[in-house]
Amino acid sequence: MATASADHAHEHVHYTTTGLDHRKIAIWAFIGSECMLFASLISTYLIYKGRSIVGPFPHEAWTSPSGQKFNAILNIPVTSMSTFVLLMSSLAMVLALAAVENRGKPGYVGTALGNSKLWLAATALLGATFLGFQAFEFTSFVHEGLTIKTNLFGSSFFTLTGFHGAHVTVGVLWLLTLLAIDFKRGLTPKDALIVDICALYWHFVDVVWIAIFTLVYLIK
Amino acid sequence: MATIAASPTHAGNHAASETGLWSWISTVDHKRIGTLYLFTALFFFLFGGLEAFVIRLQLAQPNGHVVSAEFYNQLFTMHGTTMVFLAVMPLSAAFFNYLIPLQIGARDVAFPRLNAFSYWVYLLGGIFITVPIFFGLAPNGGWFGYAPLTTIQFSGGLNIDFWVMGLQILGISSLAAAFNFITTIINMRAPGMTLMRMPMFTWMSFIVQFLLVLAFPPITIALVFLLFDRFFGTQFYAIAAGADPLLWQHLFWVFGHPEVYILILPAFGLVSEILPTFSKKPLFGYHVMVYSGIMIGFLGFGVWAHHMFAVGMGATADAIFSMATMLIAIPTGVKIFNWIATMWAGEVRFTTPMKFAIGLVALFTIGGISGVMHSSAPADTQQTDTYFIVAHFHYVLFGGSIMGIFGGIYHYFPKMFGRYMSEKLGTWHFWLNFVGMNLTFFPMHFSGLLGMPRRIYTYDAGQGWEKFNMASTIGTVLLVIATFVFVVNFLKSRKGGTPAPNDAWGAGTLEWSIPSPPPDYNFAEIPVVTSRYPLWDVKHPEMTADLAHSGPDAMTITDAHATPVHEETSRKTAAELGIPMPFPTVKPLFTALGIVIMFAGLLFMHLDKFALAMTITIGGASLMVGSLYAWLTSPLE
Repeated sequence: MATASADHAHEHVHYTTTGLDHRKIAIWAFIGSECMLFASLISTYLIYKGRSIVGPFPHEAWTSPSGQKFNAILNIPVTSMSTFVLLMSSLAMVLALAAVENRGKPGYVGTALGNSKLWLAATALLGATFLGFQAFEFTSFVHEGLTIKTNLFGSSFFTLTGFHGAHVTVGVLWLLTLLAIDFKRGLTPKDALIVDICALYWHFVDVVWIAIFTLVYLIK
Repeated sequence: MATIAASPTHAGNHAASETGLWSWISTVDHKRIGTLYLFTALFFFLFGGLEAFVIRLQLAQPNGHVVSAEFYNQLFTMHGTTMVFLAVMPLSAAFFNYLIPLQIGARDVAFPRLNAFSYWVYLLGGIFITVPIFFGLAPNGGWFGYAPLTTIQFSGGLNIDFWVMGLQILGISSLAAAFNFITTIINMRAPGMTLMRMPMFTWMSFIVQFLLVLAFPPITIALVFLLFDRFFGTQFYAIAAGADPLLWQHLFWVFGHPEVYILILPAFGLVSEILPTFSKKPLFGYHVMVYSGIMIGFLGFGVWAHHMFAVGMGATADAIFSMATMLIAIPTGVKIFNWIATMWAGEVRFTTPMKFAIGLVALFTIGGISGVMHSSAPADTQQTDTYFIVAHFHYVLFGGSIMGIFGGIYHYFPKMFGRYMSEKLGTWHFWLNFVGMNLTFFPMHFSGLLGMPRRIYTYDAGQGWEKFNMASTIGTVLLVIATFVFVVNFLKSRKGGTPAPNDAWGAGTLEWSIPSPPPDYNFAEIPVVTSRYPLWDVKHPEMTADLAHSGPDAMTITDAHATPVHEETSRKTAAELGIPMPFPTVKPLFTALGIVIMFAGLLFMHLDKFALAMTITIGGASLMVGSLYAWLTSPLE
């Protein structure tokens, strides 16, 4: 029973100064901190842009002293697709939250839009698809001769995008946990907060990717 | 669902008021966690002090032979690391934990279990980084760990690994605590406690939490780069691969300078509680004190490169950081004058906490002035890496933070343990400390200006440094005696001191309205706050006549079950009062343990035991994730 009642076995209405739940304030503080984390990673990437002594390079081809040829390594069309997938996951997240908030209200029951399980699963699946793209990207880079050890570009690129990928992974696990709770006992409007907090995190991770995609991939 | 928690609540109450080892291991009570922080941090303070004492013995005379050069490196690295991360920050955290909920009229922090987690991560991380010194494996690259010096090429062996991972672990503790306290202060203030009525200690702590939240990520990333360079062959600090030799310095000092304010602002807050109490006057210029605190925190993020004037950033950068640094002297000076104005024309009582508070005002000012001296880039290039800098930051951190924290301990000891500390021993402690501190650190200004570099393990005779070094070492002996007097006083007074009433000193803030030591639930009834000094409103209304008060209509906030401020005398248990208390739990402890095991496993990679390393790391990660899920899926109260 203790585990089933999970996140809200105790719905005492605690007085809070702002009227907001503690967790809502904490997640914003956390996101503020995460901004500095990614700012440090992205700054390092930008500082090291163009400083690598050996290739492969992100945006131009390179011939090694021994005559081996390397292409410009970033594959912008493929990453544009994965970016689109991640953006769509944010849409699915919005719909998942709306479905939980509106569960039981007239007109929402029974429609696909009112099915929080569908949208939570869709968000997690789209997130996992993004991770699949990233795994494909990382493997193909390694095949083309770029590892985390190769040069400054490799070190800073894999660390930056790897940190982002780790954040997406945590998000997917979080979404799957919510999905499991939804299957076990059903998420109701009273649970909107825990979905909302997950959504804030998810949108944040999404926004960070937009910054990374622009600064790393699009700007040469 | 709501009723499920009701029945076991009472069981939780009894467990919470139990004594014995298990009750401390499983506690989630902010006061107990604060007490744990206090004892642990005082232990590390003594340990860091011992390291400093050995350093001073080595430097007492030219060509000293007390320790080897290699061990000396470990000593000064660990002295700095211990004092910053394991002593002063956690001593401040002890006060955050103990005082913030009491000062804002709350029954606990926002996330009691997260609070326990922060403590256990700190304790285990502290052990992780300290124990290696007994095996000659302690970190030896300075508390600032400059890369590329700390990369594997120049610092092989496990020493730096312990430092990198230990700091990562301690960072988790600080960040978790900061999220907790930000939420607590924003969201758990008693009715009527507006932001501009918060006690100054809570205000300064609030600012510090924002500094922690914003300053720790850059060092986390700097350490991640170093960890990756050392373990996975990345090239972030590999100069031969084109890396920037200043990358580490920038990332470190973007953290490192706000860290200075993380260390000093809590002490400023404590002093701002002590001075009004013993001057029988409200704090002078409350609003300006708040704004100058915010200004210090804000400017603190724009001055990091003044630690790097000697690296050749160019005249423009030097000039900008120079001016920004000088600007910080303004809000800091404002605070000093406001403290003086608080005492001005007050009924000053020279109790031990008051002596330490005045000590801070005097000594911090000296450290502040030498700080302004090396905010000037040309002067700083002469002073960089000399003992002049050592003198400066010890005036700020010992004369400032430590004096303030000692004042806080004497001031709040009656609240925490229900008994006063001995005034007689306290006076001895203060004067020995004051004289010893000045005798230790003032001569370093001279040895520094005569060119004595920092971090050297010995020096030759005939450079004019001998008498200053001998004076410093004699000063340290006084400090050792002073600390001994403090420890005796602390241990004796816990059981044998004069019993203290609720309001031990005639202070004006909420924490003094409840019994000493406070009951588990702090406030039987949440008080409605009418002004900045609610207890003086009740007991000495003439003292707060000039402050803004809210009208009687604000006294009815029904959902908080609030009552007017009064001296609380009820000794009922939480169960009798029907106050739900959080269950004790060890899940945060196991989550913390998982994190430490996860990092410790990586060490085996440098012993060429890859399989073992992965087994331990994955085992630790599993323990962390499992405990975390168990924690998050079990009810709080």
